[in-house]
Amino acid sequence: MKRYGRRTLALELAMIAAALFVGFPVYVLVNLAVRPTSDTSSPISPTTSPTLDNFTQAWQQGALGGALANSLLVTVCSVVVVLAVSSLAAYPLARITARWSRGTYLTILLGLALPFQLASLPLYQTMRDLGLLGTPWALVLFYAGLQVPFTVFLYVGFLRALPGDFEDAALIDGCTPLQSFRYVVLPMLKPITVTALVLNTVAVWNDFFTPLLYLSGSAQQTLPVAIAGFVGQYVTDWNLIFAALVISILPVLLVYFLLQRSIINGFAGGLKG
Amino acid sequence: MALAPHKRLVDKDRPPVAAPDPRPRPARTAPPWWFALPAMLLFAFVVLVPSVRGVYYAFTDWDGLDPDFSFVGLDNFAAMLDDPDAKQAVWHTLLIAVAITVVQNAVGLLLALGVNSAIKSRNLLRVFLFAPAVITPIVTAYLWRNLLGPDGAVNSLFGAVGLGGWRQDWLGDPELALWSVVGVTVWQYAGYSMVIFLAGLQSVPKEIHEAASMDGAGPVRRFWSVTRPLLAPALTINLMLSIIGGIKLFDQVYALTGGGPGHATDTISTLIYKDAFTLGEFGYSIALAVVLTIIVAVVSAGQYAALSRNERAAS
Repeated sequence: MKRYGRRTLALELAMIAAALFVGFPVYVLVNLAVRPTSDTSSPISPTTSPTLDNFTQAWQQGALGGALANSLLVTVCSVVVVLAVSSLAAYPLARITARWSRGTYLTILLGLALPFQLASLPLYQTMRDLGLLGTPWALVLFYAGLQVPFTVFLYVGFLRALPGDFEDAALIDGCTPLQSFRYVVLPMLKPITVTALVLNTVAVWNDFFTPLLYLSGSAQQTLPVAIAGFVGQYVTDWNLIFAALVISILPVLLVYFLLQRSIINGFAGGLKG
Repeated sequence: MALAPHKRLVDKDRPPVAAPDPRPRPARTAPPWWFALPAMLLFAFVVLVPSVRGVYYAFTDWDGLDPDFSFVGLDNFAAMLDDPDAKQAVWHTLLIAVAITVVQNAVGLLLALGVNSAIKSRNLLRVFLFAPAVITPIVTAYLWRNLLGPDGAVNSLFGAVGLGGWRQDWLGDPELALWSVVGVTVWQYAGYSMVIFLAGLQSVPKEIHEAASMDGAGPVRRFWSVTRPLLAPALTINLMLSIIGGIKLFDQVYALTGGGPGHATDTISTLIYKDAFTLGEFGYSIALAVVLTIIVAVVSAGQYAALSRNERAAS
């Protein structure tokens, strides 16, 4: 190990400067969110008499509680569905080498390259015909299908690197294939399930385009759409808007700082695959 | 077909770990094909069938509502050639994608090298620098819309440190707005590239570095000859992700500039949205989505070919 020399110190300072640069917008965000509207001093000077009024007002007028609950419902349901169907599908797709299995897998991978605008515009019409537009279930269905290619890709890659001996033993001992999946394969998949859980949750929670289309005009918004509506309504009242932004960022950051190790590893490991 | 004997795929480039079992495996050990059915049905309903229908609509004059529409052949694509907005959007999309890819990966690599070094705050910095990547993009875009305003925090900061001459109308100036979008996107995702590069850096064995160091290689030489080739897989993934993400970019443009001023920052994605939902030109808009798909496909295929050649050369 090298000594902590002058060069390391310079690097340390440079990196801290970079971090301050990255953190600057967050400082301004919080600084303006706690500032009364009457205070019109420069956005970078610290607020002298901070207040929490903006938060209560934004919470009530933006109907953020309902949006938060909707986002939670959509995210939990679609992530649970996509993890369940993808891990189950990965089992035969990774283990069977027949032509249909490879063909199916390649078709699914094709889905990774398709931009979602192509599918989501025609699907809009189908959802309308089914009467699902404006409900969170349209979104659950959409994300569960949209995230299949990526999630199956993660699971199949992981499963192929594992030996099949445990499953074979379980099947020879009289397990049904479903039991072998439930008690042998699924526990072995745990590390990649954590990665897939993190990546899918972030993708679904943060998505804006699809709920903008599918929920427009409905009372049941997800958080990103509710925020966009709020910004449109209070165009000039940035202190109020910033309070709403803080409220919407808070849960994400809280979860991130609690689980940062597995989230960062998930991003690095899952995509390195 | 579902009863095919259970064989595992063998990576051809690597020798098998154990000698293959000469006994044929019993047929019943293969998991049944219908395990894949729920995922396939969802995938077909949400992605496959609508995409195929989308390609069909691209050749019609459908407005999104009227059940009466007619097949117009290549008219939508021909119309694009006469549509200055569409041509500009394609150009902006490519420009944004390339700029984001270059800047985000350069910054991400520098950050990764920094937090992979012996500095004391490295663990804290990793957590902190990655944080923007998990925040909802539409939210960060609204935040930056205020920061980059004429009286926003960025201009105030320049004023406060005596660089008042650098004050700009970052989003209102058509010449600048596109680069502001790139800057905000890089701010959000540089930490993302950093984490992937970091994972690559940590797979570089320390011994090789020490050996090279003892042979008299300086830090630059060590980076170029030892680290760089071993980073090739991480670079491949990072380039793929950032260029495809850049081509599809929607949220940042929508929230920062709405495509404006004028059409100065419209990309294919924002134009698809506007044409479909504010102008009711569904057929035309889906034709734009087909063009977007073709661009993504060509870029990914080209990049995949170039980078896998590069990875082979590096290893």
